[in-house]
Amino acid sequence: MSTMIRVDDLGVRFGSFEAARGVSFAVEKGASFGIVGESGSGKSTVLRALSGLNQDWSGKMEIAGVALGPRRPKDFFRRVQMVFQDPYGSLHPRQTVDRALSEPLEVHGIRDPEPRILRALAEVALPAAVRFRYPHQLSGGQRQRVAVARALMSEPDVLLLDEPTSALDVSVQAEVLNLLMDLQERRNLTYVMVSHNLAVVAHLCSTVGVMQGGEMVETVTSADLRAGRASHPHTRELRALSMELEEP
Amino acid sequence: MDINIQNLTIDFPTAQGTSQAVRGVSMKIGREKFGIVGESGSGKSLTARSILRLLPDSAIVRADALTFDGIDVMRADESAMRAIRGRRAGLIMQDPKFSLNPVMTAGAQIEEAVRAHTKAGRREAREKAIDLLAQVQIRDPRRVADAYPHELSGGMGQRVMIAMMLAPDPELLIADEPTSALDATVQAEILRLLDNLVSSRGMALVLISHDLPLVSHFCDRVAVMYAGRVVEELKAADLAHAKHGYTRGLLECLPTLSQEKRRLNVMARDPAWLA
Repeated sequence: MSTMIRVDDLGVRFGSFEAARGVSFAVEKGASFGIVGESGSGKSTVLRALSGLNQDWSGKMEIAGVALGPRRPKDFFRRVQMVFQDPYGSLHPRQTVDRALSEPLEVHGIRDPEPRILRALAEVALPAAVRFRYPHQLSGGQRQRVAVARALMSEPDVLLLDEPTSALDVSVQAEVLNLLMDLQERRNLTYVMVSHNLAVVAHLCSTVGVMQGGEMVETVTSADLRAGRASHPHTRELRALSMELEEP
Repeated sequence: MDINIQNLTIDFPTAQGTSQAVRGVSMKIGREKFGIVGESGSGKSLTARSILRLLPDSAIVRADALTFDGIDVMRADESAMRAIRGRRAGLIMQDPKFSLNPVMTAGAQIEEAVRAHTKAGRREAREKAIDLLAQVQIRDPRRVADAYPHELSGGMGQRVMIAMMLAPDPELLIADEPTSALDATVQAEILRLLDNLVSSRGMALVLISHDLPLVSHFCDRVAVMYAGRVVEELKAADLAHAKHGYTRGLLECLPTLSQEKRRLNVMARDPAWLA
């Protein structure tokens, strides 16, 4: 196993406000790391700094042993892809699925779009007929599958998942989570997933970082979390709440 | 106060013919906490909104009975409906960001509700608004009363919405996904708050959500809707013994913290459920 992602003492400021400070974690290749916390805890801030969407940060970040600067080379955006919460907002309403899936190929100069698009659709279990439809002609679950397929087009090593299932119905959530697990196994992908749903994060990720007020207050394995072996009060609080709501 | 819905159907005309959004739904709701659960498009919101006759103009509504405290909602005139809406039955919607007026302070919006439904004067309405904000457990009600919606967090905004709905002392609160835009912790706080308010004021609550475990945690009875029909109605305490395949499917496809599941069950949709 080698370390795919290393974040060391990451800090992000917006003016005088410290949205994240002293955040450190590492993710092995092929593993999943979850970040949980309430709104404003800084979990999305960390993901956005890692993805290159926010260039203003301090500290050290590495992907596959290569240090990241504020501006990233083109190859970074091929290797690291992101899936957002709301697929309706992240797909262009006037572009067909075919167009959405072709674009990463054009950007990165990857040849043979035809077989790649068909393979990607098959891989996320969408019928080939979906290819020439527009986002509004698809269901919420199908749209999120398209968003995952688009992220896979450039053959990335890392997927950054920002609340990928919280806009979906629970039955569709199960399908998308299963899909993400299958893809990870098949392609040896490394995931970082942000969510406020502890059960979803513990399901997909082996390790969970808990954020509060811009700091990662605890990093705990999902097994320890399930068993109640968490030390920070905020982790315990989130766990207790999640457990309480599971019981009818 | 009781609500009686018998054989409610709601259709929408479309270019391809009629789309049946609600198909023969019946339910009786008394002074209790009643949950309606279903996925997007199951007809849960339309069913609840039909009680207040808050449906799009294009909707074709038919029912053998649709009454609120004996008032026939199908035939009541607009002024009779206005006497129900807001005053006797409040509606809390999903996202306070869209349902609060962005250019009025929170306090001014609650005062407006107070003055629309009671004879209170300006000063009295102001005092009542601050008292209501305190009742929804806002620690600093005077400061929040002077704040604009964009200055409030999601949970705070939802508390303001609830305060506004409580102003005329309604007998029924309809909460349509009141917490889906909020964090897990805030979600629990808001639902506990609703729970306490409903119990202490003796109101009825209709809670609409796609989250079955959450709803059954806070409600006495739950109706599960699928494709425009109620497929199962049960006591929240009996959730573990749910019989219908859809209800069981909803419970089984959830990841849980207490139990590790290698793979999540995917709902196998039985075409017979549509019948």
